Amino acid sequence: MAEWPLVELTAVACLAAMTAYVLFAGADFGGGVWDLFATGPRAKAQRGLIADTIGPIWEANHVWLILVVVILFTGFPKAYARVSVSLHIPLTLMLVGVVLRGSAFTFRSYDRRDDEIQRRWGLVFAVASLVTPLLLGVTAGAVAAGGVAPPGTRSFAAAYITPWLAPFPIAIGVLTLLLFAFLAAVYLTVEAPNAALAGDFRARALGAGLLLFPGAAVALYLARNDSPWVFTELTGASWAPVLHLLTGSAAVSALVALWRRHYRIARTAAAVQTALIVVGWAMAQWPYILPPTLSVYDAAAPTATLTLLVGALAAGAVLLLPALAYLFAIFGRSANGEPRSASGPDSHAR
Amino acid sequence: MTDLLAARSQMAVSLAFHIVFAVIGIGMPVLMVIAERRWQTTRDPHYLELARRWAKGTAILFAVGAVSGTVLSFELGLLWPGFMEFAGPIIGMPFSLEGFAFFMEAIFLGIYLYGWDRISERAHLWAGVLVAVSGALSGVFVVIANAWMNAPTGFTLVNGLATAIDPVQALRTPAAFPQTLHMTLAAYAATGFGAAGIHAAMLLRQPANAFHQRGLRVALLMAIPAALLQPLSGHHAAGFVAATQPAKFAAMESLFETQAAAPLLIGGWPDPVRREVRYGLEIPGALSFLATNDFGATVPGLDRVPRQDWPNVRVTHLAFQVMVGCGMLMILAGLLGWRALAQRGDLAQHRRLLQLLVIATPMGFVATEAGWIVTEVGRQPWIIQGVLRTADAVTPMPGLIVPFLGFTALYVLLAVAVVWLLRRQILGAPDTTEWRRRHEPITQPARHG
Ligand code: HDD
Ligand code: HEM
Ligand code: HEM
Repeated sequence: MAEWPLVELTAVACLAAMTAYVLFAGADFGGGVWDLFATGPRAKAQRGLIADTIGPIWEANHVWLILVVVILFTGFPKAYARVSVSLHIPLTLMLVGVVLRGSAFTFRSYDRRDDEIQRRWGLVFAVASLVTPLLLGVTAGAVAAGGVAPPGTRSFAAAYITPWLAPFPIAIGVLTLLLFAFLAAVYLTVEAPNAALAGDFRARALGAGLLLFPGAAVALYLARNDSPWVFTELTGASWAPVLHLLTGSAAVSALVALWRRHYRIARTAAAVQTALIVVGWAMAQWPYILPPTLSVYDAAAPTATLTLLVGALAAGAVLLLPALAYLFAIFGRSANGEPRSASGPDSHAR
Repeated sequence: MTDLLAARSQMAVSLAFHIVFAVIGIGMPVLMVIAERRWQTTRDPHYLELARRWAKGTAILFAVGAVSGTVLSFELGLLWPGFMEFAGPIIGMPFSLEGFAFFMEAIFLGIYLYGWDRISERAHLWAGVLVAVSGALSGVFVVIANAWMNAPTGFTLVNGLATAIDPVQALRTPAAFPQTLHMTLAAYAATGFGAAGIHAAMLLRQPANAFHQRGLRVALLMAIPAALLQPLSGHHAAGFVAATQPAKFAAMESLFETQAAAPLLIGGWPDPVRREVRYGLEIPGALSFLATNDFGATVPGLDRVPRQDWPNVRVTHLAFQVMVGCGMLMILAGLLGWRALAQRGDLAQHRRLLQLLVIATPMGFVATEAGWIVTEVGRQPWIIQGVLRTADAVTPMPGLIVPFLGFTALYVLLAVAVVWLLRRQILGAPDTTEWRRRHEPITQPARHG
């Protein structure tokens, strides 16, 4: 087994990448959801703002997922292989969503703006943005529920379907979707160029944020039976009350700040809340990467690999974080103060 | 269709689809940067227009490359969990480095595409340079992973398990250099001839179009050196294959019998049952030279390999012929293009060259696909040469034909959409009169950035 704290560091890096994916790419998916539900007199402006906000950054945000996968198969190859076998179906469906979301969004940005085809790409983009987080959550829920086990001699359904097509994973899927939609709406209140548009997203953020409470309650209730180890930790561990207190207060702060139109504060609070939810899930599973049997220690690659991986991740971060900061500094409205160009990447070429 | 065959087919379709976009993602940024640099030094607005239009095309293609690449990184596990469990700790390193290269590429491409009016001209050009560099690096890293599959190093096999794993040693697999060099050149040649062919086609229609004139010039600047260097690097790669993977090498050339002064076979249809080749043209001694730089050397044939370990000889041989054939055509086009460029005149006058370039438009891509078929089919039945069999690495999940057909349909749909969109972009390029109307009155165009 690898020396302390190599395994722990690898796991933390994986968790950090996962959290970053949820915080950044999650919001991009959420934006697609609000594209689907764009309504009212400003529906067009809502869609425009969403497209402008995610346009320059979604591809970079998306790479966090690649990083998670890479850390998994390099650092925890056994876990990656087992997840890929047991959850083949939801992962494949999720990939279809990833493909359609990304390409439809880009096709829409670069196709003519006026015609029917354009509208169809928009619909594909929006629906894929809704389905993908759902499946991502289902996959995570199935892992937490111990759905990843060697197929053995079980029937096809028992080995490949019931582990994820069950109430608890679906509840986690819905929760993920709500969370992404909430994050996106909160971020968009900051990005909106005027108060009316900000108000639209404020209402959406409040709605999604309030729904998160019953969503989380249902998930916790279902966890009692379907993911008892996670449930026991989340209710009984010594750190649990602290975590719940912190998450709860971040959630309430986000809602209060939204209500009082302090959008920047709401954004910070919502991000903290989301990060705590991901971290809480990981802590409830710890030290199992695939509960109830495979721990991070059993799944870990040999020391030589982990040493290099952790080194490469650290070196990469030194390169990556300033570059990301530069990207967000250029395109964040907050940093820039000026409204974005209203029509995307090629407006100036017209 | 067996599950194994379905898995192999799905992998092949996904990779064959992805490589087109990956190649463009490596090559196009170079073209954009050259054009933008020319705009900055000459202030010829055509170059700015070129950089912007190329950037738009790249944006569409990059997105498809990114999502299809994501599919691949999951598919490695979804289809080949046995392979990843074995290989992950050994070759995870290049994949991790690749991950960072993707990050840099995606970040600076976002800045490049959307930042025309937001950052200084200089910063913008540098963003483009970083896209080009990280694009090339991401290709290099993933090809190193593949090179390791062809020539695995950095571990000791004990009872089917890898021990004494040394990922640094794995990165230094001897296949890495020949394969990454050959692949990177392929990307530049394919994109260069792809772009050159499109501009050449437009010039045949509108010979006076200055926009397409410049586009063709810049594209040739990248395509020609790559095309001329490619056979040298291919020869280097061949020597390496001969030394490490005799079965693949013999299949490439349909060499059934071990021979001294083995001939190079051009064309021909191998018959693996009767172990003979029909309708081929033989160049005496040339195969020995390709393998070892010595016309008289002995080249091991397929008779040295157990029958059940042969790759598909027909497919490997045919693919190799296609690759080399395309390479030869690109060399011809490259030499003629060089001569035309050296004359410094109006490229549209060289109609024969333009026609040849139009024919060569897809050749780089065809050669790339064919080359990968040589590499991958030629390695069968091994997924890791001599270590792990493809059949032992496949997922136990049944019904793999369903995802295979699903992804194939998805990719066909995407391909149609991409072609449709690019057609609009290309046909929307400014024609001569429109260009005059838009630019002639402006002597010093507005500064961007
Ligand atoms: C523009 C594309 C292109 C062109 C013109 C050529 N190739 Fe190539 N070739 C590739 C694109 C390519 C490739 C797609 O990039 C491959 C697949 C794997 C790799 O590393 O490069 C490849 C593989 C490949 C291999 C197998 C390497 C392996 O399995 O490890 C050999 C022996 C050659 N090539 C040899 C040649 C020769 C002798 C050429 C003479 C003209 C040639 N190639 C032209
Ligand atoms: C098993 C093989 C492969 C895997 C797992 C893989 C994985 C990926 C992934 C995950 C991405 C998306 C990155 C992003 O979001 O920006 C990507 C894009 C890319 N890949 Fe691949 N890839 C494979 C083969 C190749 C090959 C053979 C090359 C080229 C030599 C290549 C070159 C690229 C490039 C340049 C990109 C950038 C996107 C673009 O320009 O379109 N990949 N790949
Ligand atoms: C992008 C260019 C590539 C193309 C067009 C390509 C093509 C193919 C083809 C045709 C097959 C099926 C071979 C057969 O089963 O007969 C295959 C299999 C496979 N390739 Fe590649 N390949 C590419 C690059 C890569 C890279 C860079 C990697 C790994 C890092 C890779 C990993 C695999 C694996 C794991 C399989 C399945 C197992 C096997 O058949 O050996 N490929 N690929």
